[in-house]
Amino acid sequence: MGDYVRQMPGERAGLQDSASLARRLHLDLPLLLLLLVVAGLGLVVLYSASGQQLGAVIRQAQYLLVACTVLLVAAQIDVQRYARWAPWLYAGGVLLLVAVVFFGVGAKGAQRWLSIGGFRFQPSEIMKLCMPLMMAWFLAGRGLPPRFTLVLGSLAIVILPAGLILVQPDLGTSLLIAASGLFVLFLAGIGWRYIGGAVLLAVLSAWPAWMYLLKDYQRQRILTLLDPESDKLGAGWNIIQSKTAIGSGGWEGKGWLQGTQSQLDFLPEGHTDFIIAVLAEEFGLRGVLILLALYLLILLRGFWIAANAPSTFGRLVAGSLTLTFFVYIFVNMGMVAGLLPVVGVPLPLVSAGGTSLVTLMAGFGVLMAVATEPRTVIPR
Amino acid sequence: MSRQRTRAVPAWRFHLMVVALLALLALLLGRILSLQVLDTEHGREFLQQQGDQRTVRVAEIPAYRGLITDRRGEPLAVSTPVISLWADPRLLVEVEDLQPLAKALEMPLTDLQARLDRFERKGFMYLRRHLVPEVARKVLDLRVPGVGGFREYQRYYPAGEVTAHLLGFTNIDGEGIAGLELQYESVLRGVPGKKRYIKDLRGNAVRYIGVDQPARPGADLALSIDLRLQYQHHQELQRAMAVTGASGGTIVTLDARTGEVLAMVNHPVFNPNQTSAPKPSHTRNRAMTDMYEPGSTMKTFTLVAALESGRWSTESMIDTSPGYIRVGRKTLPDPRNYGEISVSRVIEKSSQVGVTQLAQDLGHEPILEVFSRFGFGQPMVTGFPGESAGFLPSRNRWSAIEKVTLAFGYGLTATPLQLARAYSAFANDGQLPQVSLLRVADADAADTAVPVVSADLAREVRDVLHRVTGEHGTARRARVDGYDVGGKTGTVHKVGPGGYQDKKYLALFAGMAPIDNPRFVTVVVIDEPQGEAYGGGAAAAPVFARVAAGTLRLLNVAPDQPEAVLAQADTTARRGVEG
Repeated sequence: MGDYVRQMPGERAGLQDSASLARRLHLDLPLLLLLLVVAGLGLVVLYSASGQQLGAVIRQAQYLLVACTVLLVAAQIDVQRYARWAPWLYAGGVLLLVAVVFFGVGAKGAQRWLSIGGFRFQPSEIMKLCMPLMMAWFLAGRGLPPRFTLVLGSLAIVILPAGLILVQPDLGTSLLIAASGLFVLFLAGIGWRYIGGAVLLAVLSAWPAWMYLLKDYQRQRILTLLDPESDKLGAGWNIIQSKTAIGSGGWEGKGWLQGTQSQLDFLPEGHTDFIIAVLAEEFGLRGVLILLALYLLILLRGFWIAANAPSTFGRLVAGSLTLTFFVYIFVNMGMVAGLLPVVGVPLPLVSAGGTSLVTLMAGFGVLMAVATEPRTVIPR
Repeated sequence: MSRQRTRAVPAWRFHLMVVALLALLALLLGRILSLQVLDTEHGREFLQQQGDQRTVRVAEIPAYRGLITDRRGEPLAVSTPVISLWADPRLLVEVEDLQPLAKALEMPLTDLQARLDRFERKGFMYLRRHLVPEVARKVLDLRVPGVGGFREYQRYYPAGEVTAHLLGFTNIDGEGIAGLELQYESVLRGVPGKKRYIKDLRGNAVRYIGVDQPARPGADLALSIDLRLQYQHHQELQRAMAVTGASGGTIVTLDARTGEVLAMVNHPVFNPNQTSAPKPSHTRNRAMTDMYEPGSTMKTFTLVAALESGRWSTESMIDTSPGYIRVGRKTLPDPRNYGEISVSRVIEKSSQVGVTQLAQDLGHEPILEVFSRFGFGQPMVTGFPGESAGFLPSRNRWSAIEKVTLAFGYGLTATPLQLARAYSAFANDGQLPQVSLLRVADADAADTAVPVVSADLAREVRDVLHRVTGEHGTARRARVDGYDVGGKTGTVHKVGPGGYQDKKYLALFAGMAPIDNPRFVTVVVIDEPQGEAYGGGAAAAPVFARVAAGTLRLLNVAPDQPEAVLAQADTTARRGVEG
């Protein structure tokens, strides 16, 4: 992975000053550049996807500015301080989730928002960051691989917020947050017996979950995935339109602002969850490959940071955050390509929307804090 | 923080994770590949086609309908671009205030509302059709949701009622439904083109991709009509209507050599540029659709039969005393006792008694044969919609009176055009030309003409026809200053309920000019002239004189007696100076 670092433009240019400046600001320059490139690409696609409204692009750019500031701040905080704060952050997040159950405001039949003084936000977003921190703190300090009691405790930590989010209801986010916690458990090195057992449990509970746990619309989404043509104008509409958009892009694409599916309002949610379909239609497979390559570089850089983290806590947090980032990409693109059922997961850094962007960048800020954690044990 | 078991996270677990992650990414990539570039069953081809199916639509480009011109290229029927406005009622019902739309459409709001209510459940309705582009632009500029417009062509007839009967008209969709517009529909129509455009989810055309197939305009049609003559004929017919108080009439002029129709006018008229439907009786091109008993104009053909029999010449004498003749129980009178007169004079005077004797001598068969040879009772195959073939009787038993009245032109019917064509054979030295409503080359016309009588006989008949317009003839009022003309009058009792009507007449005149070398043949029919001047000589012959005078001038025919023309011009000029 060192090879890849050398390939980064700017890194080899001997900009010793900027490198040291970056270190002083606790920034990981390659990662930051990659993030900005992807976000910039996102703005270009968004202009087309939003029906060529400059206003939407400007708003998103403002979100990006806010998100970058959050990243900068998050990167300044010492990793060990995160570890100390983790339980309190987690507790605060859970409290907010409980508050949502009682005081939350809703949209489209789900109660996911808290409104404080006119400022609306989703506590589940905060939990996306709190969960890996909490789990890493919980496991890192108690010896690895975790003992059975610790595994049980971890599961409790995971299930509490996941359950609160599930009742909002928001199955997608609930699963994502649960996953981010379980990734920590996985990275902490739990035995294969646990993993095997969990997989077996998942398979066995699939049928009861289908029967009792899933709501009608969720069942419908899964059925729609298997056979979108069964309900062309209803549940299948999104997926048929997005597949058509992707397919009609071909290798070269139809050109920026030229996509018929996306420009003519056939593609629903083209600027948010389905933005990759716009990219695929207008920039073709080439555009998709470039975006995937950029994502892959971000992921590799994330894992490199995780692998080289001096502390166990940092390593667990970095690994979990990177894996969660991957899950976002995979779930969104899998959904748009018709591989996975439709769940409301935006394409990270590209989809329009401020909340997810800020949360993501905060996560990357933590990642950068890990990357620039002073090495006391293994000097360079 | 405890770091005692830092190495507890094994490296292979990281590697496994990265491999799993790459495998998942590969899966995703494979999926996108199969959708986007591989030609699987539901792959790229299928999806691109699906994409096009949603957005790409084919629209018709209206074809320009062919121009109809007169023989000199003057436009008689032209297509002008107009815009028809439509609406999607499902979208329009959601518009709260229809008042601006109604105002721009120049229709009352209540009408618009009623129309909308009627088509409420439909996906399409016309708002207004064939609007002038500027007016339509005003409506479209309102950008009312669900309102659109498309181009059409509207037929316009510059000469209006003057050419109305001949040209016919088109329906609102631009298809010929009457007259030449109908007859030459396939020629004029053209082939609509196809263009492709992209529409959005709401059906609005967003962008034009291109023309798949350009519209092929219809072919132009050059008629045999000379618009100047047509106007002149129209004017004279209208004048005759006013003078005689007649209810209808027709004037047809044929080019004597080629059989081309130079002018063809009728009364009553209609305005083809008016959108409201005209009265059906006003749209008939009577010159071709209406059958009349031609009456005494047929005596010329009885003369032909007599001359061809070899027993009669134009100078053979017939005793018409005492001025009437009994056939069966009927008495056929002459206006007065002409005494013993020549066959020529029989025609000149249109003597019933004389013709009766000729007919009794000849028998009805040779007369019928001559009629048939000159095209009576046979279709002219111009193909004009509603063209009549006329009627020649064919019966097993002929009564004495029937045999005689046939020779006077009763008991058969013909159209004015048929009559004109038959007279053309005399004008054309015995060659019966093919009638054409389209301009034809002289060479083609010579090929299609059919010899029906010898040139000598034709000239002999012309001589008699000239004498009809002489001092002793019935058609003195058909004469034209400076020119020698010829023709035959006809006065027919119209048939009504219960037989021939006493007070209803048809005045006819079939003539040609100049008589030595006729350029044209004109038939005038005046239907139900009022008052005392109801006869062919009194009502129709003067019309011929005026029509022929104008036609001769317009055709630049040199006068037979230039001095007469000059003298008249002199007096006119002097009068002009004095006035």
